[in-house]
Amino acid sequence: MTTAPAIGQPLDRVDGRPKVTGTARYSAEIPIPGTAYACLVGSRVASGRITGIDASSAQAEEGVLAVLTHQNLPRIAEQPPLVPSLAGTAAPGQTFFPMQDDIVHYAGQHIAIVVADTWERAQHAASLLRVSYEETPPVTTLEQGRDQAYEPERIFGGWLPGRVERGNIDAGLAEADARVEATFTYAANNHNPIEPSCTTAEWDGDELVLYDSTQGVNATQLTVARLLGTPLSKIRVIGHYVGGSFGSKAMIHDHAALAAMAAREVGRPVKLALSREQMFTSVGHREEQEQEIVLGATRDGRLTGIRHHKLSPTSHFDDWAEPSIGVASEIYACPNYQGVYRLFRANTMTPTFMRAPGEASGMLALECAMDELAQELGVEPIELRLRNYTDASPSSGHPWSSSGLRECYRRGAARFGWEGRDPRPGMRREGNWLIGTGMASAGYPVAPPANPQRARARLYADGTALVQAATPDFGTGVATVMTQVAADGLGMPVDRCRFENGDTDLPNIAAAVGSAGAGMISAAVHSAATALRNQLIARAVADANSPLHGANPVDVVVRDGVMTAGTASDSYVDLLQRNVQPDAEASGAWSPPAGDAPYAMMTFGAQFAEVAVDPEFGLVRVRRMTGAFAPGRVLNPKLARSQLMGGMLWGLGQALLEANYTHPRTGRWANASLGEYLVAVNADAPDVDVELVEVEDDIVNPLGVKGVGEVGQVGAAAAIANAVWHATGRRVRKMPITIEDLL
Amino acid sequence: MSAQSPAPLTERGQVLEERGPGPVAVTLSVNGVERSLEIEPRVSLLDALREHLDLTGAKKGCDQGTCGACTVWVDGHRVLSCLTLAMTCEGREVTTIEGLAEGDELHAVQQAFIAEDAFQCGYCTPGQIMSAAALLKEGHAGDDAEIKEWMSGNICRCAAYPHIRAAIRAVRDGA
Repeated sequence: MTTAPAIGQPLDRVDGRPKVTGTARYSAEIPIPGTAYACLVGSRVASGRITGIDASSAQAEEGVLAVLTHQNLPRIAEQPPLVPSLAGTAAPGQTFFPMQDDIVHYAGQHIAIVVADTWERAQHAASLLRVSYEETPPVTTLEQGRDQAYEPERIFGGWLPGRVERGNIDAGLAEADARVEATFTYAANNHNPIEPSCTTAEWDGDELVLYDSTQGVNATQLTVARLLGTPLSKIRVIGHYVGGSFGSKAMIHDHAALAAMAAREVGRPVKLALSREQMFTSVGHREEQEQEIVLGATRDGRLTGIRHHKLSPTSHFDDWAEPSIGVASEIYACPNYQGVYRLFRANTMTPTFMRAPGEASGMLALECAMDELAQELGVEPIELRLRNYTDASPSSGHPWSSSGLRECYRRGAARFGWEGRDPRPGMRREGNWLIGTGMASAGYPVAPPANPQRARARLYADGTALVQAATPDFGTGVATVMTQVAADGLGMPVDRCRFENGDTDLPNIAAAVGSAGAGMISAAVHSAATALRNQLIARAVADANSPLHGANPVDVVVRDGVMTAGTASDSYVDLLQRNVQPDAEASGAWSPPAGDAPYAMMTFGAQFAEVAVDPEFGLVRVRRMTGAFAPGRVLNPKLARSQLMGGMLWGLGQALLEANYTHPRTGRWANASLGEYLVAVNADAPDVDVELVEVEDDIVNPLGVKGVGEVGQVGAAAAIANAVWHATGRRVRKMPITIEDLL
Repeated sequence: MSAQSPAPLTERGQVLEERGPGPVAVTLSVNGVERSLEIEPRVSLLDALREHLDLTGAKKGCDQGTCGACTVWVDGHRVLSCLTLAMTCEGREVTTIEGLAEGDELHAVQQAFIAEDAFQCGYCTPGQIMSAAALLKEGHAGDDAEIKEWMSGNICRCAAYPHIRAAIRAVRDGA
C-alpha cells in the first residue's frame, strides 16, 4: 500500500488535542518556580510631561519587589530602526522605548512597571502609584491634525514610497466619460487576539530565555538583543503556542524587553502580561483614516484614471501608514494613476500591521467606488471588473506569476447565485427586511522575505522523522501543514513525521507576517526534507549491501520510506540499521528570488455577500458570504478554508462593528475593552462558503504557495457595503456602518 | 433570555466567617480532586486555577467578563472564572477543560471541535468547549439560531464560529 501525497489532504490540526484539552501552554502559562508578576502602568494623559511619581505607598505593599520608572529603569543599549519583521532583522513596533525620559507622547504609554510576588499584589500596588503630569493639549483625531498634514517621503518602516504615480492622472481623468468621486472614513481598529501579549523572562547568569507571544521568535530575539545589548547567542526565545495575533504580535513591542529588564532588576523570572485594556495602547493598531478616491472611465467602463489619497495620524517617531493604496493601484488595468499618503503627527503610538494592512481599507474604497461606477454606467458589476482585468501589473508591466481572478469571479458568482441579480437597489423585501447583494474583488501581494529561510530534517533509524524550523504557529496551522510538506519531501507517511517549531534554537525563519508564512516556511521545509531524501538515496546507491547499489539516483523514487528503482528497493530503516547509523540529518535553505524577477506576484479572489437591512431600526444582518480565492497550491484545504473564512468574517467586523475612537480632549481611547470595542460574535457570523481555485505558480516559491491569511478579508467589507447599498439605495462611506447611518 | 440561572455562589443572608485580607487556607474541589491553597481572598477562581493550581486550560482573555475564555463549571453551571472569587467556590465542584475528557477518551465536544476545525489559535477553545458542552446538556442547541445566541458569550477572534456551530450540531445529532 502506498500513501497518497500528504500535501492537499484536509488533515486535522496536529496540535488539536492539546488545544481542546487545555494542555497547550501559551507564554503566560510556563510553570517556572519563583516567577514574579509585572504589572505595567500606562500614562493617564496623552500629551505632556511627568512631573513626579510617588511610589512610596506602592513600595510599602507586602510582596512588592520593584517599582521601575524613568527615574530608575536602566537605559536601553540602542534603539533599532523600525523595519517590518519580514525583513528578518530587529523589528521594534516603533522607534521609541518607554521610561527613558519624562515626556509623554500618547495615552497609555508605559510609564512604570510594578513587580510583586503575586499578580494581585502587583496590580494593587500599581494602582497606588501617584503620578503627576504637566499636561498639554493632545492631537489625536483627523479633524485636529488635518491642517498639519505633510507628505512623507516613505512610509511603512521605509519600505514604501509616500507617493506613487504612473501616466498622467489629470489627463486620464479629463478624458473620462464618467467619474466617481468618494471620500471614505475609517475608525481605528484594534487586533484583539484573545490571548493578550505576554512575555515571561528568565535569566540564568547572563543568558536569557523569553517565552513570548510573537509571530516570529527570531524577531523577538533580534529586537531584544539590540535593545539590551545582549549577544544573540545568549538569548533564546520560545513560543510554542500563540493565542492569535492578526499583526499585534508581528512587531516586537516594548513589553518583551521590559520583561527581561524587570527580571534582571528583581533577580527572579518575571511574567509580564498585558491587560485587555493595555492591548489597545501597547501593540499598535490600524490607524483612523480618510481616503479620497476618484475614478474616471470611458462609457464602456474602461478605467482611464484612478486618484487615491489617504490622510492618517502617525506617531511622533515614525512615518507609518498602512499601505492602503497598494493593491488598489495594481488590481485593474488603468494607465493613469496617482496615490498619495499624507500624515500628521499625533499623540499615538506608531500604528502597525493589522490583518490585510492597507489592502482591507484601500480595497474598500476602490471596490465601493467601482460599484458606484457600475451603477452609473449601467454595467453589471462583475462585467465592469472583467473589462478592467489585467494579466500584468499595471505599474511594472510584469505579468502575474499566476492569477486565477477570472475563475474566482466565475466560480464565486456561480456558488453565490449572482446571475440574474436585479441591479436596482431597494427592490427586494422580506417582511421588514430589505435584502441586498454585493460583490468585490480581492487581492493581496505575495511578499517574499529578505533572507534565506532554513529548516532541518532528521530521520531516525526506527523510521520516524523530526523536522524543525523556528517559526511559531499562532493559529495559522503551520505546524500541521509543514508536517505534510515534510512527509512528501521525505517520501514518508505523514503520521511518522513530527514538526517541531517555535524556538530560536531551531533553524531561522523570518516572522510569519504578510501571508508569507506558508510559502517561505514550506520552501525551507521542502528543501530540508528533499536534501535528506537525496542524501539517503545517495547513500543507498553507494552501499554495496543495498539492493539499489549502483542505481542512478535520479531513477529512485521514495514512497512510505521505501526507495525504489525499477524492481529493486531498499528502505530508509534498513539502510540506517544495516549501517548501524542511529539517524541521518540534513539542513535546507530557500533563498527568495531577487527583487528584479520579471514577474508580479499577487493572490486574487472574489467576494460576495447578502445582507438584510431593517430600515426602521437601522440593523444590518449579513445573511451569507461566499468567497472564491486563488492562493496557488493549497497545502491543506481544511485549514486554508478556516483561515479564509476567518478573514471574511473580519471583513464583516470591518464593515459593521469594529471601531475605536479617541476622545478629542483627553486623547484617550474611549472604548478600550471587548465590551465596547465590538468584534463579531457567533450571532453575527453567518455561514461562510469558501471556494478554493487552485492555480499553478512556479515562480513564487518551490511549492507555489501564495498564502491565505489575509486575502480573505480584502474586499469582504466592500461586498457588504455594496450589498447595503443594493438593499437600501444608501451609499455609506463611513466604516463601520452603524445604525445611525441607515436610519 | 430565559437562562437557567446558576445557584447563587453565596446564600443571601448567610453569615460568613471573616477571613483575610492576607492569604488564607482555601480548599477547592477541582475536577474531582480536593486541592488546598493559600490565597488572598481577592484571588479570582481563574487566577487560582492558573497561577496556584497549574491548571492553565481556562484562559485569561480580558479579566473583565467580556470574552468567555475563562468559562468553567461550578456545580455544573457555566461561570466566568475571572469574575468569580476562588474562595466562594469552597464546598462546590469546579470543572475545568482539564476535567472534561475521561482519561484519554476525549469528550464528544472536544472530538467534534477537532474534526470540524472549530478553532485556529486555540486560545478561546477551552471556554468555547465548556460553554458548548453545557448548552448541549441544557438543551439549548435546538437549532442554529439558538446555538448562535447561546454561544455568543464566547468570542473567537479567529472567527471559527460557523465551525463551532457545526461541531455542536454534530454532537447534538450524534454524528
